[in-house]
Order: sequence, then C-alpha cells, then structure tokens
Amino acid sequence: MHDIVVIGAGPAGMTAAIYARRAARSVLVLEAVSCGGQILNTPDIENYPVEAHISGFDFSRKLHDQAEGLGAEFIFEKAVEIRDLGAVKEVVTPKNTYQARAVILATGSENRKLGLEDEDRLVGRGISYCATCDGNFYRNKVVAVVGGGNTALEDALYLADLAQKVYLIHRRDSFRGEETTAARLREKPNVEIICNANVTRLIAEKRLKAIEITDKLDGSLRTVELNGLFIAVGRIPENQDFAGLVQLDEAGYVLAGEDCHTAASGIFTAGDNRTKLLRQLVTATADGAMAATEAVKYLRETEQAYTDSLLRSWGGVC
Amino acid sequence: MSVVEVNQANFKAEVLESPIPVLADFNADWCGPCKAMRPMLEELAESGPSYKIVSIDIDAESDLAEEYDVTSIPCLVLFKDGQEANRSIGLISKDAIAQLAEG
Repeated sequence: MHDIVVIGAGPAGMTAAIYARRAARSVLVLEAVSCGGQILNTPDIENYPVEAHISGFDFSRKLHDQAEGLGAEFIFEKAVEIRDLGAVKEVVTPKNTYQARAVILATGSENRKLGLEDEDRLVGRGISYCATCDGNFYRNKVVAVVGGGNTALEDALYLADLAQKVYLIHRRDSFRGEETTAARLREKPNVEIICNANVTRLIAEKRLKAIEITDKLDGSLRTVELNGLFIAVGRIPENQDFAGLVQLDEAGYVLAGEDCHTAASGIFTAGDNRTKLLRQLVTATADGAMAATEAVKYLRETEQAYTDSLLRSWGGVC
Repeated sequence: MSVVEVNQANFKAEVLESPIPVLADFNADWCGPCKAMRPMLEELAESGPSYKIVSIDIDAESDLAEEYDVTSIPCLVLFKDGQEANRSIGLISKDAIAQLAEG
C-alpha cells in the first residue's frame, strides 16, 4: 500500500511526487510509456523560469532524477482503471493492482486526430503531429499544416524555413493563435493560407501523395499534392479510463479548480488533463505541487478522523 | 550485448546478413523521444534477447533513412532475414518494444 499513487510521469506527475516525498509520504508513479510525456517533443524550452534554455528531454530527466532521488518509486505500467473503495483506492494495470490511500491523476493529453480514413496508417508515411520532430525530413518538399491555434502557426513558421512550400489550412476565417505569429506567416512568400476549409480526404498509395480540401463556404473541392501533412488541431485529455469515477467536462477534461480536487474524495488531478485556462509547463508543475499538497492534507485528515474514532471506541481521550 | 551503432559501411553485415532478427532504431540526437527510448533499448539489449538491437543516426546516415523510407522518428524497424518484418513509429514503452522485436 502506498500513501499516494500518481498516474502519469509528465511534469505535473513528477512534481507531485517531489512534493509528496518531501511531506514524507510514500509515492508510486505509474507511467504508461516514458517519463516526460509531451514535453519530450520540445527541443528547446525558453519560458520556464531560471533556465533560459533546456531541452524537453533534459528537463524530464532532471525532474525524474530529482523525484527518484527523494524516494519516489517509478513503475512503467499503464493504469487502466481506478477502483474507489473509500479510504483505499485500487489502481489497476494490465499486470498488477496497486493500493493507495490517495490518487493523483496526471495523465496529460494526446494529439487530436482529424479522424480521416488511413490517418493512422500514414503516420510516419507523410503524416506527422510534430513539426519540430519531423520537419527535417521535408526539406525542400511541399507540406501542409492543419489548424489555427498557436501550435499550427508556429509549426507553419518553422516549416516555412525548411520546405519549398507550406499550405496552412484552417477551418475558420481567423486564427486563434497569436496575431504576431500569423503576421509573420503572411509575410512568408512560400506560405499559402487557406481559410474556411477542411481537409476531407487523404490520398495515398504507400505514402501520402495529396489531400482533398473542401471549402466550407461554397462546398467546392480542391486537391493539393504534397509530401507531408502536419496535423495541429489540438489535443485531447487522456481521461477516458476514469470517466466513471471523476467528473469530466464536455471536452473530456477533469473538472477541478485551482485546488486540484476532483468530484471523488481522495482523488486529485494535475496538469494538462485538468480544466484550466493555461496549459504550460509552469502551470503543470504548479498543479503537481498543489495536488500533492492537497492529497497530503487529505491523508492527514483521514488519519486524524481514524485516530479520533479509535479513541472514541476506547471510551476516552487522554 | 549492448546496442550496436550501425552505418552504411556495416549495415549489410550487421542487419541484412544477421542470422537473428534485428531491431533497428532510427534516431537523431535532437529528437527527445528518441533519447527517452534509448535507455529502454539498452536495457533490452543487455537482457540477452533472441534478437539484436542496432542504432542508426538518421542525420549521419541519411541514405539509409531514405532507403527505408523513415520520415518520422523515433522509428523502430524489425528486420528478419534481411527483410523488413514490422515497424513502429513514435515513442513506445519498453514492453511494447519487446513485443515488436519478439513478434
């Protein structure tokens, strides 16, 4: 039995482990794939206080070493279910069941897909969700970026310096991303912006060869031949396995305020999978600290309640 | 055994002519997920598996990357008798890597 089981070893989960260990609680971190999560894809972090430049990989490694150095245990198994038995929670993986008094859900999010036929098959064969990871393969080639948020705009800008031609396809007529980035894109001679349009078909043999774009205003179709399609249409929280236990909002995020409490007693949440205004590294780590502190407070309160009930059953308080 | 560094010069001998299956890890030093996967590959290689694990730097060995149509990394390609038998793209768990290699 652990005091706290943290699900997910991203920045939020590993920070929660640090805070819980410093409160002298036993901590198990369960991770499905590898420490770090989404931040591993960032080659250079420039907005985390104190470090002017650090790669996502180095950031994750240091954070892991810090948490492990403080005594957090890491096991690489995917949590697929939580059983809430009241004072004890069971976290189930395909291999084992772990018991905890409190659980912190720090599962993060995954790339949202377009949902088109062949999309999965073509990942790595023309389709990518990470321009900074795969952009180099498309030097002097023709690519398209789908999306209208900051990630899409930054991806398009990054690719504009590598590729021969970049199409930016967005379903609305204005971008959600920062105007300064959009303005820089408009100045790039090799960037063509296609608004009010959806990608409606992937045309491929072994590799992606072209895409079909449908104009939302007049329904007209256009085929664009290309080598690569970068999909940046947001992310979806990885909370599906716990939907019956904690309350989710319409988009699938765990409903929780700044205190990181979920609807279930003793279950907390931290990081990108929580309802929040700003999803950044610094807000993920802040969540980790908050969730662990609240979990420790919850443990203390339940322990106190247990002691009080024992004393009452013995018939007196000294 | 540890992970074997492979280049154009020893690719044929180490991979194509290998008597046991070979799991080739196409990676680059700027790729965070590749770096995260490396310790898992090292651990698997050290555990005495029935296959060999090799590493190919796609920047230094761009011809190999192109020949095997690698356009997204990390990319693991399983070779059996000199032929591609399976591949996986993106960061996956150590268990999933073992499964791919043993499959």
